Amino acid sequence: MKNDAKMRGEVKNKHSLLEMRGICKHFGSVKANDNVDLTLFPGDILGLLGENGAGKTTLMNVLFGAYSPDSGRIRIDGRSARIRSSADALKRGVGMVHQHFHLVPRHTVLENLMVGRKGRSGRLDRRAAQAGMQEVEQRFGLALDPHSLVSDLTIGEQQRLEIIKALVRGARVLILDEPTSTLTPQETEGLFDALRAMAAEGMGVIFISHKLNEVRAITNKLLILRSGKVTATLDNDENISRRRLAELMCDCDITPPAKPPAAPGNVLLELRDIRTGGTLRARLKGVSLEVHAGEILGIAGVSGNGQLELAEVISGILPPASGTLKINGQAVGRLSPRTVQKIGVGRIPEDRMGTGLITTLPLKSSMVLPRIHEKRFSRAGILRQGAIRRFVREQMHLFDIRASNPEVRTGTLSGGNLQKALLARELAWDPLVLLAAQPTRGLDIAAAQFVHRQFLELRRRGRALMVISEDLEELFALSDRIAVMFEGRINDVVPIARATVQKIGMLMAGVKEAA
Amino acid sequence: MIALRLEPREHTPVWLNVTLPLLAVLATLVICSGLIKLAGASVMAAYGKLFLSALSTRFNLVETAVKATPLVFTGLAVTVAFRAKFWNIGAEGQLLAGAMAAAFIGARQGLAAWCLVPAMIACGAAAGALWAVIPAVLKTRYKVDDVVTTLLLNFVIFYGMMALLDGPWKDPLSGYPDSPDIRMAAEFPILLKATRLHLGVLIAAVATPLVWLLMSKTTLGFAINAVGESPRAASFAGMSISGVILLTAVISGALAGLAGASEVGGLHFQVMAGISPGYGYTGIVIAMLARLNPLGVIPAAIFFAIIITGAEAMSRATGVPVFLADVIQGTALVTMLIALLFNQYRVRLRRVSNG
Repeated sequence: MKNDAKMRGEVKNKHSLLEMRGICKHFGSVKANDNVDLTLFPGDILGLLGENGAGKTTLMNVLFGAYSPDSGRIRIDGRSARIRSSADALKRGVGMVHQHFHLVPRHTVLENLMVGRKGRSGRLDRRAAQAGMQEVEQRFGLALDPHSLVSDLTIGEQQRLEIIKALVRGARVLILDEPTSTLTPQETEGLFDALRAMAAEGMGVIFISHKLNEVRAITNKLLILRSGKVTATLDNDENISRRRLAELMCDCDITPPAKPPAAPGNVLLELRDIRTGGTLRARLKGVSLEVHAGEILGIAGVSGNGQLELAEVISGILPPASGTLKINGQAVGRLSPRTVQKIGVGRIPEDRMGTGLITTLPLKSSMVLPRIHEKRFSRAGILRQGAIRRFVREQMHLFDIRASNPEVRTGTLSGGNLQKALLARELAWDPLVLLAAQPTRGLDIAAAQFVHRQFLELRRRGRALMVISEDLEELFALSDRIAVMFEGRINDVVPIARATVQKIGMLMAGVKEAA
Repeated sequence: MIALRLEPREHTPVWLNVTLPLLAVLATLVICSGLIKLAGASVMAAYGKLFLSALSTRFNLVETAVKATPLVFTGLAVTVAFRAKFWNIGAEGQLLAGAMAAAFIGARQGLAAWCLVPAMIACGAAAGALWAVIPAVLKTRYKVDDVVTTLLLNFVIFYGMMALLDGPWKDPLSGYPDSPDIRMAAEFPILLKATRLHLGVLIAAVATPLVWLLMSKTTLGFAINAVGESPRAASFAGMSISGVILLTAVISGALAGLAGASEVGGLHFQVMAGISPGYGYTGIVIAMLARLNPLGVIPAAIFFAIIITGAEAMSRATGVPVFLADVIQGTALVTMLIALLFNQYRVRLRRVSNG
């Protein structure tokens, strides 16, 4: 009996695809990974769950060779493996698809597959790459035209190319970091089919995501991290409640904030036939929208269909070629960041690190950046350091921004705290209209809920909000109406009562007459 | 086997900010000691002469301060420009512009004696600013690379100046390719009897804290930093990138122009080919060594002034060529740039077993 169990254990061990044992990694005094164990058997799709800063990325970076762990062992196919670079990882059959793709946009699909691979006698081996592509297509149903340029591919296709790249290089363990954040629901289904085919062939998949629903749908096992430690390793079955998972991930309440019925007032933000330059796909081709007081308008769409351009026009950094923009009934003549701010538009840009805040400057500088010329912060060109510090301290307190003091470098704050800082900065001037692009991307549940509560509070106070997001769950939770963008146009605007994931997904893919 | 790898730092410890430049200087001296050995001299003796002679007598101390003055100005000029990521390699040319303007004004007979010195200072600064605005306009308007334009304009103005000195501006008395001497009343007042401690030294000493105040206490300095660190975020916040870069160029060019005016008004009283032995370029090294902190410019400039003044004495005493001073300057830039790497990365040594 005892022997039997031992035997089985050994057999199991022998067959495990990947084993990480006792992985520890410190950054300064922070334990990013504290004695983490992870086991992947052939056919497993493992969901890696955890808040931001729980150590998911660190763990995967250790596995993929970007960090060397302080201690711990990695075994692949039962043999101990030392992975010091991504090249090592690939050699051992570990492939990773990052959130941000590493492709050469001006090369074709096939050429991208050949990057980093040496053919015989230093020549590029086109034929081998092509054969690899065909094999991947047959086995997993992942196909692409080998001769189209990467820059012509949609985001979903680019991701497929990244996966094909990993498979052609012989990956048997595939790591996917937030793979669905830029896909339509239909594309997500396609991805899931491919992942199931991989699992059926005995590969292993590690699936990292914030979206609990998707993790529940695709994985068979869950590994939950919290503050660098494993809080649970469990089989994914229906009996585990969402609430239970959230408890394992954080000490937070994940019931979404209550949303009272809408009481829309007059139109605060009005766009009429806005057209811009830009790439063919993304340029705005006559966008008209209205947002009322006390309303949240959600903007859905696959990324790269003009959402960024729309946000930039309203923010005043992309002057439209034609069309008008009215705020509270008043036409804004020359759109510039200054005029839109002055007239009462708060702006949360998509790229909070690069566009919203300045990571290399102190937090206090980032938080007064657009308002530095206000009397409150400077007189006759001289900064009022005391007033600036006081303002930042107040906002840190009000918005629960965790930073030791206003002088710390902005970049040292976590994503959630950065977003709170940005929100605090914009809301301090009580805007009539708030424009928020991808407001909770990369935020953990608690921080995302904080942001959502702020939005709903603004809505209650009769402000107009436009929320551009690729996260449908978020749009359904917040919006009163959802406008779907496709190729620079508003494909349709759907009141929330009549919106379904299916319908929005069809509209995102460009189908107008959704059933 | 020992493996060495660089890992990104989460925080930069404060002590590093001070010790890095010192370590860079130390590394430079160690590297350059090889050259001294090659020249057949004792390393200690050569460095002893190099550093101590500049500090030995009252006269030499003053000379060091006088030598440091143009370096302080150009160091400040580069500091301000680099903070905005306006890559002004042209402090050398802006210095020449300032020198020429000052020499021109200083030789005017029609001007009242009392206004000569202030006019030289103002026009020197204005000429430097003007010469710096050209590449700034090209950058902001037409996106022309500022490294290339600022560098090439140095040659334009240098050879333009030489053409003038060999032609219409040649000193009729001496016949050398030098400009005519400025008027006696245009010579900068001497602050310490029987030395060459002139007004320019004082201006440099005052300019340094002023530039520091500008960078850290004013909205303009705030905007310069913001534009330098993230033009995208600055423009999203409503700042005018072009406007800030143009203003930066004006300030930077004016500071470099002051170096020229002060050399003419305080030391040479005319313009000649050798008016600047590369002060503008040394300014880049100084700014980097000062980690783009205006207050760091003074010690960095003094360090180089010591080397420049001491090189002669060292050469005479030990036979090491004076060019060692130039090698030290160049090496210091390289070591400092390497040292800056450790600001962002830490080196990890670890034992790796094979297998």
